[in-house]
Amino acid sequence: MRIVVCVKHVPDLQSERALDSRGFTVRGEDDVLNELDENAVEAAVSLAEEHGGEVVAVTMGPADAVDALRRALQMGAHSAVHIDDDALAGSDVVGTARVLAAAVRAIGAEDPVDLVVTGMAAMDGLTSMLPAALAACLELPQLTLATRIDVTGGTLRVRREIGEAVETLEAPLPALVSVTDQANEPRYPNFRAIIGAKKKPVTRWTLADLEPYLGADVTVTGAAGAGTRILRSAARPGRQQGRIVTDSGDGGAQLAAYLVENKLV
Amino acid sequence: MTHSLVVVDDHAGLPSVPSTEVLTAARGLGSAVDAVWLGAAAPGPEALDVLGSYGARTVYVPELGGLTPDVAAVAAEAVLAVVGQADGPDAVLLVSTFAGKEIAARLAVGLGSGAVVDAVGVERADDGSLAARKVVFAGTWESVCTVTRGVPVVALKPASVEARPVTEAVAPAVVDVPVAFSPAARGVRVVERTEHAGGGRVPLSEAKVVVAGGRGVEGDFSAVEELADLLGAAVGATRVATDEGWIGHHAQIGQTGVTIAPRVYIGVGVSGAVHHTAGMQAAETIIAVNTDPEAPIFEMADFGVVGDVTDVLPQAIAELRRLRQG
Ligand SMILES: Cc1cc2nc3c(=O)[nH]c(=O)nc-3n(C[C@H](O)[C@H](O)C(O)COP(=O)(O)OP(=O)(O)OC[C@H]3O[C@@H](n4cnc5c(N)ncnc54)[C@H](O)[C@@H]3O)c2cc1C
Ligand SMILES: Cc1cc2nc3c(=O)[nH]c(=O)nc-3n(C[C@H](O)[C@H](O)[C@H](O)COP(=O)(O)OP(=O)(O)OC[C@H]3O[C@@H](n4cnc5c(N)ncnc54)[C@H](O)[C@@H]3O)c2cc1C
Repeated sequence: MRIVVCVKHVPDLQSERALDSRGFTVRGEDDVLNELDENAVEAAVSLAEEHGGEVVAVTMGPADAVDALRRALQMGAHSAVHIDDDALAGSDVVGTARVLAAAVRAIGAEDPVDLVVTGMAAMDGLTSMLPAALAACLELPQLTLATRIDVTGGTLRVRREIGEAVETLEAPLPALVSVTDQANEPRYPNFRAIIGAKKKPVTRWTLADLEPYLGADVTVTGAAGAGTRILRSAARPGRQQGRIVTDSGDGGAQLAAYLVENKLV
Repeated sequence: MTHSLVVVDDHAGLPSVPSTEVLTAARGLGSAVDAVWLGAAAPGPEALDVLGSYGARTVYVPELGGLTPDVAAVAAEAVLAVVGQADGPDAVLLVSTFAGKEIAARLAVGLGSGAVVDAVGVERADDGSLAARKVVFAGTWESVCTVTRGVPVVALKPASVEARPVTEAVAPAVVDVPVAFSPAARGVRVVERTEHAGGGRVPLSEAKVVVAGGRGVEGDFSAVEELADLLGAAVGATRVATDEGWIGHHAQIGQTGVTIAPRVYIGVGVSGAVHHTAGMQAAETIIAVNTDPEAPIFEMADFGVVGDVTDVLPQAIAELRRLRQG
């Protein structure tokens, strides 16, 4: 099986995240591989272990996004592709999906891709739109929010919990799957895996490299080509801490009184 | 005449509550409102009454030919067929659930436009464009976004707009719309689907009051459920509680669970990890019960009790019962 796994490099969730004057995410020292993409890499690598084949990790992002690829290689991906071009800064989901779709087509030009794996959401934009947008661009069946993945013969089967229901879905390969944090327990690379990853190939592509695979989509990337634009943004004032009481036998009564007095119930 | 198109989810044969919120928001944009019905079966008279009471002039009913709108590509292609036939809507609005966000993404690709999801408000700017308000980075930033080309797609979070019927209900026209589905949409088969028993409670994402339990309840959700039932609230949980199997995964609030925006959130034995608070920071009033005075949730709480769940909840329940009777 040939599997492409998409990974995003994002600001650490615990850090002070911010938007700059253009509405772009401020990137810092403490950017990391999107936590949920560890589940995506784990899913891809274990499918390749089970069925044979190789995993190509792909990211679109600025220079230091290569760190996210390094992590994916340490976790067992075989090679990586870094799409890095200043013209891509400020892309919206549709632009990102079109570029990643072009990359999947380019990778598939050597040898067909059977499966595209993504995380369920990136911890910065958190739109959860990319998997669906990418599947639409590639015209692949999408099975999203998987908590369990099985591949048998040419069929992908996924279990998922969505809203008020549990579902099992199936689609023929090639297909796209997004995985949740329930899908697996991401492995922790050992020393040998970390050293071994240093020798794995990372290819850097710019938009020019992808041009043959972008088609007419070349105009819709980057901030200039984005279909969405941030008009203004601002930090919100933090929530004020309210009244904290220590229970000395009447904590429950005080809670009830607070609800009633403030007409909250 | 220009019109916006609202994608309506079927909830047991009726428009879901969040769909009626989006219909209300659409009316505020100054153009007429039409609806697309995404249901396994065509809308019945009752569903049409509800849609009419929220001002939908026309209800478009895509012909799904046995496919289910639970598949995002099916839903999106159905809406695209309606956009193609309805004389050019100037916006498509939908509910920002995980399913709604996927449909929005596919619509933006299909329409060559853009989509803003997780919006908490939308209005028309002076130049006619749409301005959608978003709260991002776990509640710490606010932004206003617009769509720069094509038919804008905006998905609104449940409970961010109050549903209000029109003063004079309309009787909507019903228009069936044929759809030619792609192989990718047809390629997804639903092998099995089981609905969770809701226990008669309101769905988490729509609830006005939510009582959430965390690791601190130590496996026993009975007091959390009792308080919730007393308050007409939904029951939520942290990932620890769902991972432990104390309650179903559908109750998980947070980054990888449900996002809520209730009037009141009561967190019991919940520490306030950012993965969790990202999903509930939009609550108007936050109340916490926790034995640890240093728990981060107290930093955002409007009211907090430093105390043990097993003492505080039963007393609060008894006291609320007494106050109600008195
Ligand atoms: C606060 C904020 C809000 C935003 N809101 C919107 C919006 O409403 N509409 C819109 O069109 N754009 C929006 N964007 C832009 C959007 O985040 C980026 O275009 C983008 O790369 C898609 O990321 P996501 O966070 O939405 O991905 P999600 O859809 O949440 O991510 C799902 C998965 O897609 C994969 N993935 C995502 N991005 C990449 C990447 N660059 N490289 C490789 N794999 C990737 C990963 O596997 C990830 O787990 C927003 C950005 C920010 C910072
Ligand atoms: C990728 C990723 C995604 C995640 N997504 C989510 C998500 O969507 N939702 C989510 O909730 N979490 C999520 N998590 C997990 C999250 O990081 C926290 O681990 C989790 O929210 C903690 O749950 P908790 O508050 O119940 O437990 P803890 O953090 O262990 O806190 C338990 C609290 O209970 C208190 N307590 C103990 N005993 C009592 C008692 N008798 N009475 C009163 N208080 C008591 C303690 O003082 C403590 O503060 C995610 C994590 C990752 C890595």
